[in-house]
Amino acid sequence: MTTTQSTEVPTKAALVPATSPALRIQSAVIKYGFIFVTVTLFAYFALSEPSFRDSATLLDTLRYVSVAAILGLGVTLTMAVGGIDMSVGAVAGLGVTVAAKTMVSYNQVGLVAILAVIAAGALAGLLNALLIVVLKIPDMLATLGTMFVIQGTKLVLVDGQSITPGMTQADGSTAPGKFTEGFLRIDRGTVLGVPVSVLIFGALTVVAWVFLARTRWGRVLYAIGANPEASRLAGIRVGAYRALAYVLSGVLASIGGLILASRIGQGDVSAGTSQLLEAVAVALVGTSVLGRGRPNVWGTALGAVLIGIITTGLTIKGLPYYTQDVVEGAVLILALIFSFTLSKRRTA
Amino acid sequence: MSPTDTGTRGPAAPVPATAPAAVSLRGVGMAFGGKTVLESVSLDIAPGSVVALLGANGAGKSTLIKILSGVHTDHSGQVEVNGGPAALRSPLAARQLGIQTVHQRIGEGIVPGLTVAENLVFEELAQRRGNPFLDGRRLLARAREIQSALDLGWSDQVLKRDVTELGISDRQLLILARALATSPRLLVLDEPTSALSAAEAERLFALVERMRGDGIAVLYVSHRLGEIDALADRLVVLRDGRLTEDQSKPFDWDRALRAMLAQAQGAQTARPTDAKQSPLSGSGSGSGETAVSLKGVPLLPGRTPQDLDLRAGEVTGVVGLLGAGKTELARGLFGAEPFATGTVELDGRPYTPRRPADAIRRGVHLVPEDRHADALVPGWSLAQNVSLPFLRALSTAGLVNRRRENALGRGTIEQLGVVARDEHSTVEELSGGNQQKVVVGRWLAEKPRVLILDEPFRGVDIGARRDIGRRARALAAEGAAVLVLSADVDEVLEVADRVVVLAAGEIHLDAYGEDAERDRVIRTISASV
Repeated sequence: MTTTQSTEVPTKAALVPATSPALRIQSAVIKYGFIFVTVTLFAYFALSEPSFRDSATLLDTLRYVSVAAILGLGVTLTMAVGGIDMSVGAVAGLGVTVAAKTMVSYNQVGLVAILAVIAAGALAGLLNALLIVVLKIPDMLATLGTMFVIQGTKLVLVDGQSITPGMTQADGSTAPGKFTEGFLRIDRGTVLGVPVSVLIFGALTVVAWVFLARTRWGRVLYAIGANPEASRLAGIRVGAYRALAYVLSGVLASIGGLILASRIGQGDVSAGTSQLLEAVAVALVGTSVLGRGRPNVWGTALGAVLIGIITTGLTIKGLPYYTQDVVEGAVLILALIFSFTLSKRRTA
Repeated sequence: MSPTDTGTRGPAAPVPATAPAAVSLRGVGMAFGGKTVLESVSLDIAPGSVVALLGANGAGKSTLIKILSGVHTDHSGQVEVNGGPAALRSPLAARQLGIQTVHQRIGEGIVPGLTVAENLVFEELAQRRGNPFLDGRRLLARAREIQSALDLGWSDQVLKRDVTELGISDRQLLILARALATSPRLLVLDEPTSALSAAEAERLFALVERMRGDGIAVLYVSHRLGEIDALADRLVVLRDGRLTEDQSKPFDWDRALRAMLAQAQGAQTARPTDAKQSPLSGSGSGSGETAVSLKGVPLLPGRTPQDLDLRAGEVTGVVGLLGAGKTELARGLFGAEPFATGTVELDGRPYTPRRPADAIRRGVHLVPEDRHADALVPGWSLAQNVSLPFLRALSTAGLVNRRRENALGRGTIEQLGVVARDEHSTVEELSGGNQQKVVVGRWLAEKPRVLILDEPFRGVDIGARRDIGRRARALAAEGAAVLVLSADVDEVLEVADRVVVLAAGEIHLDAYGEDAERDRVIRTISASV
């Protein structure tokens, strides 16, 4: 194989030292190492635990990871422009509260709740964009700041209480509304046996992939992440595109919040907090999954699924739920080793 | 105290003429990835002498400095210190052998958050074994010692301040003082005055004079010829990795500049005659219509505003040393750093680009000076790098048409003779010259009205230079105004119809054809020193 290539392209062969089969296998293992590890684990779970092989288990796993995955897509967009959105968990949590408030306290229909949640997400994204693009605060610090502000705002909105149908409100009256049937179907309903939330996850993945990998806007986002000054000198309005990435991230996070709200069925004030680290982890794992070494949509989606498989598998194996964070953290570190340490050694 | 005895030796008092050189280079060479950047450089630097090192960008100056400061260790040839072979294995080893380097960027030398005194004795702080606790009094005493030995004029109050409260010139002096406190044998100063005003530079010159008196050898790297004239005993010129000129005072500046800015005689005859003769005997004579007209535009702050017209159908070459205002002119026209005042017209209409996007919309394109920092997107393919500014034209409903994009990449390969596997090659796989062709090709994807090329031939081989030059001339022939800015006289003469000499932000010569003859251009530059 090596020889045919070097005869076809003699000039390149002169530049690049011939790679031995052993080296190629090594580089393939590094490139696809993370997938390799997960497939091995998957096979192990599937062979040793019959319940893991059940399609319901797998769909449940996907349903479970859909929120972190959708938030991770937003993080991926912001990572593409060289930043990172740390406020996605808080924005999702805000979405839960806004959905509950709209339907339970204001007695509105599900569609109004959906629009309100998405508007709130876009607004949060605009706030991030303002801090980062206009006020020039470093991405991570700015979004950490908004994370706190959004979490706090959420508590202020509901006077620090979770919103449940029929609850007694601050003015002594009883909350007039409830989560509508249609809204609850976002997470609990199925189409042809597939949970709606999983379908949303799949659809958003495809849309985000087309946007980031196939449109000129996505191309420009990557250019900004890779070399902002060159992008500016190529005539790109760098600030506008970075703002776009954060607004889209806010909108995606709010969609994650909609699924979360539908899953919980009430305005849980603590919702969303655990989603942040998972979303960031998923996006980081995504940079390594396909050996691209840069944020990419398929990597993020696949990364979420892989993390889901591992945690589900270990849960079925009898690992207590409270060890889950340790496992997810270890998976993240493993992925980072693949994408930084090992791939560096390969190029050195 | 010091691990080697050489490190503790003080500067020799007045040295007899027969004393060995403080530092000698014997046939030192260096290559990066097969490209030779230094070739057999031999140089003796005598104790107590100030040797000025001149060279255009990419001549190999920084490589030479890095070898002397122990950063590049895999060079060929030999470095001798005090007559004996020396191994500059690391920056620490170089310092211990008595070679101190003060780098151009002052920010890299000081440690914010520490006091002036702590910064002065920082090397001792950083290396001291033994007592891990700072002894404030001892430290201050040592700092006081250094400051009085060098007459820095800093009171205890100043020494106790945070170093960030110092002005830029005091910071520069601090770094120098720190280097001198170790009693070096050779001090390498890399563009020490680039950030200083004239008055501030005077203080630095006084220190350099002092070093000479103390028998310290100084290698003074600068592009400010006036300083060199005043300070140096000797000047050497580095060109394409070779020492091409070596003069003692008084200096013959015409000769020095020719060695620095123009092709060596051998290289010139090696060049095909068509390339040498085509442009200046060419058509341009100032008859074309005016494309761009600058009026009252200051190119450098505080300098006289300049007027300049660029005509369609010709290549205007702007020659000038580093800091002459070339890049400011290019970036101003492109809207990357808009001009402070003055008016600019493009084809008779007002032209005030506030950002590059505005310039591109009006057909003004810039190939920037630094292709890695300002043009190429790392990891991207050739085709993707070419298409970046004009993606809209390649897209339908936002989707990038990759077939057309690839065709554009192939077009660039063909038009400019890019040596690449194909349009999918990443830019990292290409040589410097071919990377530069990609950047040029990017700005030809849509036909420019004005094409600005800032140092387009830097780090580019002769073949690529000719390909790019030919393309620039062809573009002018099609009616565009082309502006080429370079510090290299011959590069400019090779492509330009008209030559403009820029020095310190002001135009000193503006001539066509026979009037823009090589010696005249060089004389103008040296007269403007």
